Amino acid sequence: MELTVTDLAVGRGGVPVLAGVSFGLVGGRALVLRGPNGSGKTTLLRTVAGLQDPMAGSVQGAEDQVAYAAHADGLKAALSVAENLRFWASVFGQRDIDPALRAFDLEALVDRRAGQLSAGQKRRLGLARMVVTARPLWVLDEPTVSLDAASVALFADAVRAHMAQGGAALIATHIDLGLEADIFDVTPYRAKPGAVAASDEAFL
Amino acid sequence: MRALFVRDLALALRAGGGFGLGLAFFLIVVVLVPFSVGPSPELLARIAPGVLWLGALLACLLSLDRLLAVDWEDGALDLLATSPLPLEGVVAVKAGAHWVTTGLPLVLVAPVLGVLLNLAPAGYAVLVLSLALGTPALSMIGAFGAALTVGIKRGGLLMSLLVLPLYVPTLIFGAEAARRAAQGLDPATPLLFLAGITGGVLAVMPFAAGAVLRVNLR
Repeated sequence: MELTVTDLAVGRGGVPVLAGVSFGLVGGRALVLRGPNGSGKTTLLRTVAGLQDPMAGSVQGAEDQVAYAAHADGLKAALSVAENLRFWASVFGQRDIDPALRAFDLEALVDRRAGQLSAGQKRRLGLARMVVTARPLWVLDEPTVSLDAASVALFADAVRAHMAQGGAALIATHIDLGLEADIFDVTPYRAKPGAVAASDEAFL
Repeated sequence: MRALFVRDLALALRAGGGFGLGLAFFLIVVVLVPFSVGPSPELLARIAPGVLWLGALLACLLSLDRLLAVDWEDGALDLLATSPLPLEGVVAVKAGAHWVTTGLPLVLVAPVLGVLLNLAPAGYAVLVLSLALGTPALSMIGAFGAALTVGIKRGGLLMSLLVLPLYVPTLIFGAEAARRAAQGLDPATPLLFLAGITGGVLAVMPFAAGAVLRVNLR
């Protein structure tokens, strides 16, 4: 698996946010995105995940390779932990959810409804979803929000295990995860206002 | 795909899922109509097919604004968009689950409510048949409307306005088939039109809905 981002410009609502972003990521590596709030990390990640089109430049090697996790975990309050996880596993053509439950210490909670979980437990369930996708490229947007120190360590272990299996991770975070990861600061790539003309956004 | 279908059914049937909302609405409309138009059996028999069809259509519309909005709000739609499932399939499956939890119960309960409206005995079979043919189109058109308005706060109003004109052909031919059968006429022509409309909608709308969803997710 190899992700190549070339001269990428991304925008939010037709307003360019980042321009000229280039980086590469290969299996077994992690790349941590840094930058202040509003600097365009989320927009960049959404573009890499294919949820929005780049305004310029290209993203190669990401299609059908990405498991994406954003601020919202997509959990259904009325379903149990196991049902939520099993659903995402079968969407991605997988069956086994036990390793994911183990990796995020959710085994005691399998029959609990997701609506009754604490914020940190929900987050752990959302991250366990990454494991069951079996996709090689993890794209994670602020994965450690509402996690305690022990859970952050669990998450770091999960990312390490993923990298050991040849996977890669692209992570936007403000804290130090203790991973052997490259750092990519998006601040210098901030787009100048009006640098890229809005495409067809005005009509949509 | 099947997992999504099963999940949507489970969510609809569990507490807070909204199953029964359409059914209750249909029941209320049909029960209240005789009170509002007066106790004239001939008048009721004449308007019965139209009232039943209109009630079913509005009951269907009632639950549509949550069809995609829930998945949008909790982020599941973004995750589905990055999954191996095509968005066209996602919308079609969700419309299918909506039909099973809303349209199908309406079809099954319609003959019972027909009694309340003094529907002519000859009309029952065709009423059920026309609803069974027409309600899948209502769900699929509604899913298209939901895809158009996903991400808009309180998008239900806009969605209703967008979807209602598209519902008109289904309503006309569906109610016409039931009316003709109730009067002892041959309902074949409107039934065929209804089947044709539903077939066309099921063939085209998933792709239209998938396309607008992709635009809206950006």
